[in-house]
Amino acid sequence: MYRIIERQDLTPTIKLMKVVAPAIARKAQAGQFIILRLHGHAERIPLTVADYDRDGGTITIVFQIVGKSTEELATLKEGDSILNFAGPLGEPSEIDNYGTVVCIGGGVGVAPIFPITRALRQAGNRIISIIGARSADLLFYESEMRSVSDRLQVVTDDGSKGQQGLVTDALGEILKSGAQVDLVFAIGPVPMMRAVAELTKKHAIRTIVSLNPVMVDGTGMCGGCRVSVGGTSKFACVDGPDFDAHQVDFEELQMRQRTYRKEEQAANEHYHQCACGRG
Amino acid sequence: MAEEVTGRNAMPVQDPKARVKNFHEVALGYTKEQALLEGARCRQCKKKPCSNGCPVGVDIPAFIALVKEGDFLGAAQKIKESNNLPAICGRVCPQEEQCEKHCILGKKHEPVAIGRLERFVADYERTAGPAAGSSGAVPTGKKVAVVGSGPSGLTVAADLTKLGYQVTVFEALHDPGGVLVYGIPEFRLPKEIVRAEIANVSKLGAEVLVDSVIGKIQSVDELLADGFEAVYVGTGAGLPNFMNIPGESLSGVYSANEFLTRTNLMKAYLFPDYDTPIKVGKRVAVIGGGNVAMDSARCALRLGAAEVCIVYRRSGQEMPARREEAEHAIEEGVHLNLLTSPVRIIGNSDGWVEALECIRFELGEPDESGRRRPVKIAGSEFTIPMDTVIMAIGNSPNPLISKTTPDLQTGRHGVLVADPATGATTKQGVYAGGDIVTGAATVISAMGAGKRAAAAIDRYLMRERSALISSTKPS
Repeated sequence: MYRIIERQDLTPTIKLMKVVAPAIARKAQAGQFIILRLHGHAERIPLTVADYDRDGGTITIVFQIVGKSTEELATLKEGDSILNFAGPLGEPSEIDNYGTVVCIGGGVGVAPIFPITRALRQAGNRIISIIGARSADLLFYESEMRSVSDRLQVVTDDGSKGQQGLVTDALGEILKSGAQVDLVFAIGPVPMMRAVAELTKKHAIRTIVSLNPVMVDGTGMCGGCRVSVGGTSKFACVDGPDFDAHQVDFEELQMRQRTYRKEEQAANEHYHQCACGRG
Repeated sequence: MAEEVTGRNAMPVQDPKARVKNFHEVALGYTKEQALLEGARCRQCKKKPCSNGCPVGVDIPAFIALVKEGDFLGAAQKIKESNNLPAICGRVCPQEEQCEKHCILGKKHEPVAIGRLERFVADYERTAGPAAGSSGAVPTGKKVAVVGSGPSGLTVAADLTKLGYQVTVFEALHDPGGVLVYGIPEFRLPKEIVRAEIANVSKLGAEVLVDSVIGKIQSVDELLADGFEAVYVGTGAGLPNFMNIPGESLSGVYSANEFLTRTNLMKAYLFPDYDTPIKVGKRVAVIGGGNVAMDSARCALRLGAAEVCIVYRRSGQEMPARREEAEHAIEEGVHLNLLTSPVRIIGNSDGWVEALECIRFELGEPDESGRRRPVKIAGSEFTIPMDTVIMAIGNSPNPLISKTTPDLQTGRHGVLVADPATGATTKQGVYAGGDIVTGAATVISAMGAGKRAAAAIDRYLMRERSALISSTKPS
């Protein structure tokens, strides 16, 4: 059992939990993920590591309520425990001194971009960060991102905070200004990462994205997380989750993400029926 | 005058029509009376050809002699002298290729049903026998790490614990058992039996840790630095192979590993009471002819598919599946599309499987495996409507350990190089066995490798200790 020692509501639908997992905390690196399972009937949920505390022995996860399992996870409080917690899985992000790096986090993707941004900064890069959300109340980690960036740009779809628009609008302006950008790192919804990739391809700027496809075991065994990268099939759990954005077949990834949409709905309805019955 | 030989006693099974609608065990096992009758067929050969055919060398005539006397607990103990997991082996071993193949009765008649008897006595012991206790061995004070809790890892853990070693088993998934829990379906190997067998290994004194991905949480070198004096790697053939044909990324295409893991480990057949979903269309094609293919096909039927076919590029004779599994699959309505192989998978505009294009083969000259090589028949392509395609064409070794242990030598397809007699790898103190060394094979061959490795680890650690004692002795 893995105990939750801290819980925060970052936004109405995005939650943060600090989980006691000393063995994983000793090894976790930016870009890796964990898989958790709430209880004996639960599914395995992959979540990118949002932070780790080697001395304190904790892993921080940040997740958005998108369906039954994340809604159930969000019901847990400080002091509650998670049945299974395995990791750190996947390959760490490639941290190096590239020069100037633009780090982009969209929606809940701001959480995993944070430790990567911090590591890139520590490696000597100049960091321009862009974080985006639909509206101000859905934005989080602004001060965290500011603390590891040379420049931070906030964008919201509705303009309720920062600049109105999409992260790609902000990125477009940076690129148009003629600023030297050596690498772009983007994490967020698949359509966002795809749009970033299309934009940076035009400018021939190397771009890395972190993918979170449908996954079961997370150790290379099921192959459910296969993505086409440069025309070959890769397993996001062991070959990734970071990939060269210009090589990723986003069209296929988006289709595969939709595989279980009906079942996700059914699970949600079932959960709410049961919850009402109990209540 | 020749003694009259009776045919072997059939084992009761669930009716095919009923069983395709449930995940309960298909084969129901012998009754006491059937076991006594079948045991009586054994000739008690002095040369024990059957035992020579057993990868772990069970003294088969001796256990059957006890069955004949009605001493079923004694029979179970006799098996356990060389096999720690008899309830599992009795169910999943390909006996027709091993012990039963060498049975003297088989020359003219049917061989003794050794597997069914093994299963009977193991089940008898589990339900009626005394609870297993600690091994009672004198502690050696030495720690051994076992990576992977599949059949070979469990065998190593049990054997070394019995010899007094302190064994820790590291399992990456949330339930121990490896392929026994994620791969082999409930209707062929009930998980309750696997849990009982693992509980026995724990009662002997081994510690089993789940959620522990070695190669990530700790490397083999760190285990060795952490007080483990030997490490056994039994991480299996984890990575699913695909055919690299167009359309394999469509929704509705599964690796058999994913399909079976969702079904067996995650219990997707009980969705939405269990959270993990699975999608099975009306028409399902399973590519491959081994046990994994049969398991996938039979799971698909139970998950509600209307038509399930096996697509296999060789003929039925070359099919590597255990005979009983192929027979059961056919009884349940699985259709065999032999001498056929997929060329591409065709999808609709939403990215879902719609059809499967195949090509016919004919058998040519024998290849290096001794089986006749399938040769494509030009122009024989045809397309069949399809909703779900399951790739059961084998697995490659999981590279998590080899990638993080630079001095472990790997061979063809990334298997670990290990001495078949001892399991010793190219790294001192590190042993390996099972599918990670041989590529995908059987439960029992993995157990055999585990037995040999456990004995070798014991020799290695004891020799080291005596060397240490002699070097520290005052001269």
